[in-house]
Amino acid sequence: MSLRDRAAVVGVGASQYYKRGQSLPQTSLELVGKAILAALDDAGLSVGDVDGFGLYSFGLDTALVAQTLGIPEVRFSGMLTGGGGGAAGSVGLAAAAIASGMADVVVSYMTLQQAGLRRFGASFAGSEGGGGQYSAPPSPEGDFVRPAGLLGPGQMFSIVARRHMHQYGTRREHFAEVAISSRNNAIPRESALMRSPLTLDDYFDARMISDPLCLYDYCLECDGAVAVVTTSGERARDLRQPPVHVLATAHGGNGRWGQAITWMNMDDEYFASSGHRPVAKRLYEMAEVGPADVDVAELYDHFTPMVLMQLEDYGFCPIGESGAFVEAGNIRFPSGSLPVNTHGGNLSEAYIIGMTHVKEAVEQLRGTAVNQVRDAEIALVTGGPASIPVSSLLLRK
Amino acid sequence: MTDTTNTGPIRPHGAPPAELAVLTPDSWTEPFWVAAAQHRLVVPQCRRCATFRMPPSPFCYVCQAQDIDWTEQTGDGRVYSYTIIHHAVVPLMRDALPYVVAVVELPDAGGVRIVSNLVDMEPAEVEVGMPVRLVWDDVAEGVAVPRFTSAR
Repeated sequence: MSLRDRAAVVGVGASQYYKRGQSLPQTSLELVGKAILAALDDAGLSVGDVDGFGLYSFGLDTALVAQTLGIPEVRFSGMLTGGGGGAAGSVGLAAAAIASGMADVVVSYMTLQQAGLRRFGASFAGSEGGGGQYSAPPSPEGDFVRPAGLLGPGQMFSIVARRHMHQYGTRREHFAEVAISSRNNAIPRESALMRSPLTLDDYFDARMISDPLCLYDYCLECDGAVAVVTTSGERARDLRQPPVHVLATAHGGNGRWGQAITWMNMDDEYFASSGHRPVAKRLYEMAEVGPADVDVAELYDHFTPMVLMQLEDYGFCPIGESGAFVEAGNIRFPSGSLPVNTHGGNLSEAYIIGMTHVKEAVEQLRGTAVNQVRDAEIALVTGGPASIPVSSLLLRK
Repeated sequence: MTDTTNTGPIRPHGAPPAELAVLTPDSWTEPFWVAAAQHRLVVPQCRRCATFRMPPSPFCYVCQAQDIDWTEQTGDGRVYSYTIIHHAVVPLMRDALPYVVAVVELPDAGGVRIVSNLVDMEPAEVEVGMPVRLVWDDVAEGVAVPRFTSAR
């Protein structure tokens, strides 16, 4: 039996979003507590109803959250391994826990506080170098990466992006279109950190960070927390909000995608991809729908070229043709055939490692989004192109 | 041998700081670094099915066998992809900017790829597909890191 339509998202909540370090003197625990309480309130539930956690890497320890909030009994606590790839899949993990009867009301969350020497973007630079608590520990595998000065995810994805440009003729103008369309979506949103218009000239005048990626190809560095509450389809019917059903979920990827950007030995066939191709296939199979049925896509956007590669891997355009696809205006809201990152994404709203994308998809399907896609019935949400597992969700009204 | 206590070895132009090359090898990767210190580039090859793999690891990803031969490579390679880094992620990198990180494939070793740098050349000259050759970078006493430069 598949997970199709077995669970529903019934609550979403968030703390305020901040630029890196500006959430102090609040603590990371405080931020996530605020997000969880807001999500429960949104659902019409209370702390007493929560009995599970479905997470992904880098979130705060569930034991600490449970004792602090006073959750009566934890019956499920699972975490997808990997990195930001698990964002959407954490809700899928919640759905799996619910469908299997292990828990009834499951919270998924992410909280991030990049104060001082704790920068997610320096996560491969060593703890002395600026990654702090987000640092990957020294390892024999790391010996084959760090001496080359390949220290940040943006640098690593620049190498993937360059390969895509080489193979398919993708240009910086295509990256710019992702940045500009996301910025346009952020402008009317009070929650967004970047609300001034971005032009093509601004883009090309910006400083290069890791060629071919410039400042605007990079997502923001933020503090904040987002929480999502999932329960059974049956229980969802009686709650405060119209349920948003988990139509399908999948996570994983090719084994030889593996650690991907720190390894760089992925098969040539899919090196210049998001790593999502096999996950997308299983997602659509479970949902019994295809890319043409998706009304709005919230695609993990740590770096603009990875949005292009996800458009290919999720079948919105043929492999290698995402540049032309975005150039034709397809991802723009409201005019495009597939509005993408209607909240402004990690690039222009806030970077909470992808959980804002789940929140936005839920609001789209409730019909309450700031940039509401008309008659949106099915939304795609993806977790970060990263080491496996990468993940995704199809949600439906 | 000249006294290296004050001056150290002459390092290739465009190589990242030596501080990054503090190694933590395990029993599978150590032979690579021991050979590197002798300026020999070696890549493990499966003794059963002849598949090359990098970095060195305990199992062949094709046949799962463990026995390997350490094959010595010329270091003639091709640029598979690259980035030119203009921004220091950490303060240590400021004086190294700009530098080129390249993924170099070794056609003679089944196309395995090595994450390295392109040194002793202008970053603007780098292209995907360009032929490169090996340059040894003696970063510290007993530690050498393979870098590459243009073979054109």
